[in-house]
Amino acid sequence: MTLPESKADASDVRTIALVSAGRHVVSGRSDRAREDARAVEMGLKLAGDALTLVHAGDPEEPTLVECLRGYLGMYHGFDMARGFDMARGVDMVERRGSGGGCGRLDLLSMAPSDDAVPMLAEWLEAHEAKLVLTGQRAECGEGSGLLPYLLAERLGWAVVTGVAAIESVDGEAVTLLQALPQGQRRRLTVTLPCLVAVDAVAPAPRQSAFGPARRGRVDVVEIGQPAPDADRAAWQFMPARARPKRLKVVKSANARDRFKAAAAKSEASGGRVLSDLTADQAAEKLIEYLRRENLLRQEKISAAEGDQ
Amino acid sequence: MLQTLLPILIFTALAVGAIGAARRIRLWRRGRRSPMRWQRLLRMPKRYLNDLHHVVARDKAMAHTHVATAGGFVAAMALAIVVHGFGWHGPILGGLLLAASIVMFVGALAVNRRRLNPPAKLSKGPWQRLSKSLLAYSVGMFLVSLPLVGVAPTTLGGGALVLVLTLLVAWGLLEMIVGMGWGGPMKHAFAGSLHLAFHRRPERFDDQHGEPQSTNPHDVHRGSRSTALFPLDLAAPKLGVEKPSDFQWEQLLGFDACVQCGRCQAVCPAFAAGQPLNPKKLIQDMVVGMAGGTDARYAGSGYPGIDVGKHHGSSASPIVPQLVEAETLWACTTCRACVEECPMMIEHVDAIVDMRRFITLEMGETPEKGAAAIDNLIATDNPGGLDNASRLDWAADLDLDRIKDRPEGVDVLLWLGDGAFDMRNQRTLRALVKILRAGGVDFAVLGEEERDSGDVARRLGDEATFQRLAERNIATLSRYRFRRIVTADPHSFHVIGREYPAFGGTFEILHHSTFMAELFEAGRLSVGVNPHSETVTYHDPCYLGRYNGEFAAPRQLLAALGLEVAEMARSGYRSRCCGGGGGAALSDVPGKARIPDMRMEDVRETGATTVAVACPQCTAMLEGVVEPRPQIRDLAELVAEALIEPGFDEVVATAPTPARAKVQPDEEIPA
Repeated sequence: MTLPESKADASDVRTIALVSAGRHVVSGRSDRAREDARAVEMGLKLAGDALTLVHAGDPEEPTLVECLRGYLGMYHGFDMARGFDMARGVDMVERRGSGGGCGRLDLLSMAPSDDAVPMLAEWLEAHEAKLVLTGQRAECGEGSGLLPYLLAERLGWAVVTGVAAIESVDGEAVTLLQALPQGQRRRLTVTLPCLVAVDAVAPAPRQSAFGPARRGRVDVVEIGQPAPDADRAAWQFMPARARPKRLKVVKSANARDRFKAAAAKSEASGGRVLSDLTADQAAEKLIEYLRRENLLRQEKISAAEGDQ
Repeated sequence: MLQTLLPILIFTALAVGAIGAARRIRLWRRGRRSPMRWQRLLRMPKRYLNDLHHVVARDKAMAHTHVATAGGFVAAMALAIVVHGFGWHGPILGGLLLAASIVMFVGALAVNRRRLNPPAKLSKGPWQRLSKSLLAYSVGMFLVSLPLVGVAPTTLGGGALVLVLTLLVAWGLLEMIVGMGWGGPMKHAFAGSLHLAFHRRPERFDDQHGEPQSTNPHDVHRGSRSTALFPLDLAAPKLGVEKPSDFQWEQLLGFDACVQCGRCQAVCPAFAAGQPLNPKKLIQDMVVGMAGGTDARYAGSGYPGIDVGKHHGSSASPIVPQLVEAETLWACTTCRACVEECPMMIEHVDAIVDMRRFITLEMGETPEKGAAAIDNLIATDNPGGLDNASRLDWAADLDLDRIKDRPEGVDVLLWLGDGAFDMRNQRTLRALVKILRAGGVDFAVLGEEERDSGDVARRLGDEATFQRLAERNIATLSRYRFRRIVTADPHSFHVIGREYPAFGGTFEILHHSTFMAELFEAGRLSVGVNPHSETVTYHDPCYLGRYNGEFAAPRQLLAALGLEVAEMARSGYRSRCCGGGGGAALSDVPGKARIPDMRMEDVRETGATTVAVACPQCTAMLEGVVEPRPQIRDLAELVAEALIEPGFDEVVATAPTPARAKVQPDEEIPA
């Protein structure tokens, strides 16, 4: 990843990373989530130790704080001497916007059944966040991948998903690279404030070190009125079923084709780009498409529209 | 005129030297303090004459040279203070002084002969000058003392001769006394004797044996008893060593004791492989860091591939990378060959691990593969990131007892180690199981409850992960009843046996070579004579041999198998590392050669067709050498192959379950 050329501009942009508790693929132990860790890595390269981390969760959960400290362990290499002093209790000057070599994480206290979105939105507004980085999907819990969208919708911000790199930031906009299938990248310039969901192809996160993890500050914050997640209350939960996976065997003597097939992400085909339509025309086209695909029956139209 | 000059010279030298010494002590005191026990000074003379001399005496000629030179100098200096300093002239004292000077002169001649064409391991510069200064002192002291026995006229001729003699003595005193305090080569005598007294590992000396029942007054293999790394207080404000002042003061003192003899450099596998590490240079860099300055005045071999004179440091500035490059620290295999050879008993490996701890725990800059291994250890309890439940997959057909199903306890708990995930090592483990069953040993395994011992994490500097693994393993082991642990992995053997006690886990653990030798001794294994007479050689694993002093059992085993052992030039406590220890296989610092290739060259020189090994790491490293090369067989494999067990093999092959029934019950030892 290329660093922004003028760091002064980037540091004026208040940068936040939203992190969640991850789950290790083999052992199932709580761990840094892979995409969130990449979001933190991106934030540290951009904003240095001014990057603040936020998580909304239950502080009573036994392994949560230790797991979140894994992200704080990535704050190394910044003004170590001050960090050691802070650990000794010599210099506890609190300066918002500079971590003094130590990471800080605000843990927004809520019950597991509460809705994280309003709390996060309130916190981000209160702290005048301009650029928010996060992973695309949590590794445990609901893991629906909807949080970036819901949060951006509530804040009225732009949201960009599948981000592979941030090229530059100035006070007004951020230029970033979005990951597309087969290693393609799309350059986007997005007006701030904006929410960036980082893809797994972003640069790998730095090592989490024990010392900075231990020194980093975790503040439990009570913000707003925790509200139960209304949608969630209506859901039914059942164990996931392992679904058979369709094997796509590419028979080709050509190594390049086989590699391309193996490396390809699910690629949409036969799409059409529609432009210069009014909102009603666009909706008509979408409904027509969904009906053609048998995804929508006549009587469900009103419900589908309600969701949008 | 000399009568007036000599006392002035001697006392001035002593005073100026004392000022320098006081400044030197202040440098050491910048290190981390520990409680001062002055009575330890009393141990110094015996440690010097006994322990230190035994290490020096591995090179007999050098030992004699040092005895003559150092002994002659100490005597000549003490007498000179009495005779010339205080003016106690007398023929007896004068005669003794002359004799001491002659002894020193003889020693100094030997020193000079060695310095004519000095071996590559020696430092030059001031050390080259020292050889001349020794001559100057001994000759000067001899000549100015001649009048005392009436051989020469008391006035000693004219002014020119007096001037020459005065200059000679002054030169000698400047080097020997002033230089001792002000950081000249003779500093080694002053710092070295204090270092012997205040050494951080007193168990390395005969007076603190730690094994009172031992009748052996002296163990030629020094270091075998005190090799556990020091635990790190994870609540300390700063973890590990960032700056020279973060070392314990005894360590700083130890660095100053270095005589730059280069024995460490000569045995260091990383240096020989052209990796950027030289233990001697590292210790000198620590001295530079402690005293401040650059390494430009260093007059020995540098780190391969890194120019001398480009690095600088001070006691309050970070060591990496201004003073020492990180790759230098990561090249170390922690084989302890340098520590073993050091006549000044300097602890290189402790210093390297201390600095690695800072890099890993505070900087988060462990080499990439090492960091991945640590992450895996945190998440899955093994460095490969594999499902820990698959630890016993290789033994699916062996029907091994899990210790959790044996609440009454077993005689032996078989510790598998991470080799259980490695297909090559699984062959060794299967051979070991076969032997245990043939010997009628009542044993069980932990299975998926076993975790990595923490060896790699600790050597990579991640003390936090090590301590977590150690605590969990100790808790697991404490839940079960067994008499002893047996393992085929010297790293687990060392960590569980030597390093877990500091965390409250005291277990009796045996390496499988020791245990198999015991079985042979008890007549519980019978082997057939090898039909083809084959020459084998044995490669001592560092963590079994140098770290834990087990050299005999593997050789007893090979003798019991009727194999002819051709020893390598470097074997026993001088065995050369395979290159796989201390996380070096993970950090994989590039060099000019590969360490296992060099070791295989050692093997080839013996003409052996098979090299017997006793460690999964050594097996992996040596098997990585390209063919054609001698075969690599673990001791367990060699024993298992020679076992005589009528019908046993067929039973295992056809019906695994009843195999255990073949074990004769009367051979079972009580749990």
